[in-house]
Amino acid sequence: MIEQPMMVKICDIIEESSTVKTFFFESNMQFEPGQFVMVWIPLLDEKPFTISYIQNNIFGISVLKRGLFTNALHAKKIGGTIGIRGPYGRGFSLQTNSNLCVIGGGIGMASLSAVIDRLNLTLKVHQGNVTVIQGARTSAEIIYQKRFKNMNLCTEDGSVGFKGTTVKLFGELLKKQRFKQVFACGPEMMLYKVVELCREYCIECEVSLDRYIKCGFGICGQCDCSGHRVCIDGPVFNMEELSRMEDFGKTIMTKTGERVIY
Amino acid sequence: MPNIDLSIKLCNIRLNNPTILASGILGTTKALLKRVAENSAGAVTIKSISVEPREGHKNPTVITFEAGMLNAVGYSNPGVEAAAREFTDLQDVGVPVIASVIGTQKEDFVRVVEGISGLEFSAIEIPLSCPHTPGFGLLAGQGTPQATFEITSAVRRATSLPIFVKLSPNITDICNIAKAAEDAGANAITAVNSMGPGMIINIEAQKPILSFKVGGVTGDALRPIAVRCVYDLYKAIKIPIIGVGGISTGRHAIEMIMAGASVVGIGTGVYYRGVDVFRKVCEEMTQWMQENGFSNINSIVGGAHD
Repeated sequence: MIEQPMMVKICDIIEESSTVKTFFFESNMQFEPGQFVMVWIPLLDEKPFTISYIQNNIFGISVLKRGLFTNALHAKKIGGTIGIRGPYGRGFSLQTNSNLCVIGGGIGMASLSAVIDRLNLTLKVHQGNVTVIQGARTSAEIIYQKRFKNMNLCTEDGSVGFKGTTVKLFGELLKKQRFKQVFACGPEMMLYKVVELCREYCIECEVSLDRYIKCGFGICGQCDCSGHRVCIDGPVFNMEELSRMEDFGKTIMTKTGERVIY
Repeated sequence: MPNIDLSIKLCNIRLNNPTILASGILGTTKALLKRVAENSAGAVTIKSISVEPREGHKNPTVITFEAGMLNAVGYSNPGVEAAAREFTDLQDVGVPVIASVIGTQKEDFVRVVEGISGLEFSAIEIPLSCPHTPGFGLLAGQGTPQATFEITSAVRRATSLPIFVKLSPNITDICNIAKAAEDAGANAITAVNSMGPGMIINIEAQKPILSFKVGGVTGDALRPIAVRCVYDLYKAIKIPIIGVGGISTGRHAIEMIMAGASVVGIGTGVYYRGVDVFRKVCEEMTQWMQENGFSNINSIVGGAHD
C-alpha cells in the first residue's frame, strides 16, 4: 500500500450537536470499527479521525469543532473535497458475547459508534444486549440522539440524564447489571478509571487511546505509549496490554515529543 | 554448516550484530528503543535532539511512494533538557544507544552534547546533512568540508565518546567531506542521510502533499546511491562506515557491507517489514552466509572491492 492521501468528495453532512458534524464520503477501503483515517486539507494540516459510520462503501467521520483544522473542516460543504489515507490501526475485537457496555466520553463516542452499529447487527442474531453510556458536558453536546435509542446519558451540568461522569454512571449500572465486555473511548483519565472498575469487577475491557499522530503507519514514534505505537499497535488496547503501559493515564507526548503529565 | 558470527566491533563498541536503528525512526522514547532492541537491533539511535524544543513541520510529514518514503518531519524533538530526562538508565535498553545531536551552529551541537554528557550514550552522531529543515544540515550550509570540519572539531573537544558524522548523498564528492570529518576527529562516517529533497504532488488537489512541500527520499530508491557512496568512501577514508539507505533485507545488508560498511542502519525498512525487520535481516544474513561459506561478518566488509 502507498501511504498517500486520496481526494474524496464530501457526499453528505449531518449536524450531530452544537459542536460536532459528521462528514460522509465514498471509498472502496475496508474499515473495521475503531480504525481511523488521516484527513488532509491541502496547505493546512493533516489529522487522525476515527471512522464513525460504516455503511457499505459510504464512510463517516464525526468531527468536534475545536481548533484551526477542525474549524476548516466544519466550513466544508457537500461537494467539497478532503484528502483521506488509511485505514490505519487496530480496531476493537468484537466478540458475540451478550451483555456488553459501550462507554463514550465527549467526542470519544465517535470511535464507538461504528462498534455499536456492528454489535447491534451481531447481537440481533445472538440475542444479547448492548448498553450505551454517553457522557458530555451539557445536553447540547450529546451526539447520535436519533441514531441510537435508549442510551444512558450523563452530563456534567445535569441538563440531560444522570448528573455526573460516565465513570460514576457506569459504577451505578454495575450495581444492578453484569457485563461481559466493555468498550470505551474518551478522556484518558476517564478510560483509566473505567479500566480500574473493570478490573475490580473482572470484566474484559478495550479502550481506544488518543495521541498526537504523524505518520499513521508506525515509523515516526510520535504516538508512543510505553513502547506501543498508538497508530499501528492500537489505537485500541486491551486490559492486559494496558497493564504493561506505564504511560496510560499518566503521561502523554506533545507535538515536540516532550512528555507531559496528566 | 559453519557457525555464523554476526557480532562486530564499531569504534570499540561491541554489537551483537551489524544492524542499527537509524535516527528519526521510532527513537522518540526509551520504551521504543527498548522494543527495537528486543527485536534484535545491534544498536539503536535516538531521534535527533536540539537545544530548544521543536514542533517540526505540520502534517503531512511522512508519506510513501512506489520506491520508498518521503519525509519532512522537521526535527521535532523535546529539546535537550527534556531528552535528558527521557533517556536515563540507558542500560535498560539492552544494546548500545547512539545520541543524534543537531544544531544550527557549532555551539548548539556542543550544548546538546554537554546536556546529555552524564547519560549512558555509547556514541554521538551528528547529521550535517538533513535536506528539509531550515537552519539545519544542508539548508544551513553544514554539508561543506569546512563546516563539517568546524562542527566535528567542536564536538570532538566536547566529548570523549565516539563521533559519527552523517553525510548527505547529494553532493558531488562525498569523500572530501568525509575526509574533513576524519581530520577533525570523527570516529566513523554514517552514509547516507535521505536524498533530495524530492516532491510528490497530489494531482487532484493540485498541491504537493508534504506540508513543507519537499522532503528527503529514503527506502529502495536511495539504496543504489547509498551503496555507491559507501563504496567510494571505503577507498577514501580509514575510519569505519555505517551504511544507511534502503536496507530492508539480509541481501541488502550484505551488499552494503561488501561496499565497505562495517555496520548498517535501518530506518525505512521498519515501514517495509515491521519493527522486527532487524531480526529478519539478521536471520537472512546468517542464512546467506551459511549458504555461501562465510562464518564471520568482518570477512565480508569491503568484499566488493578489487
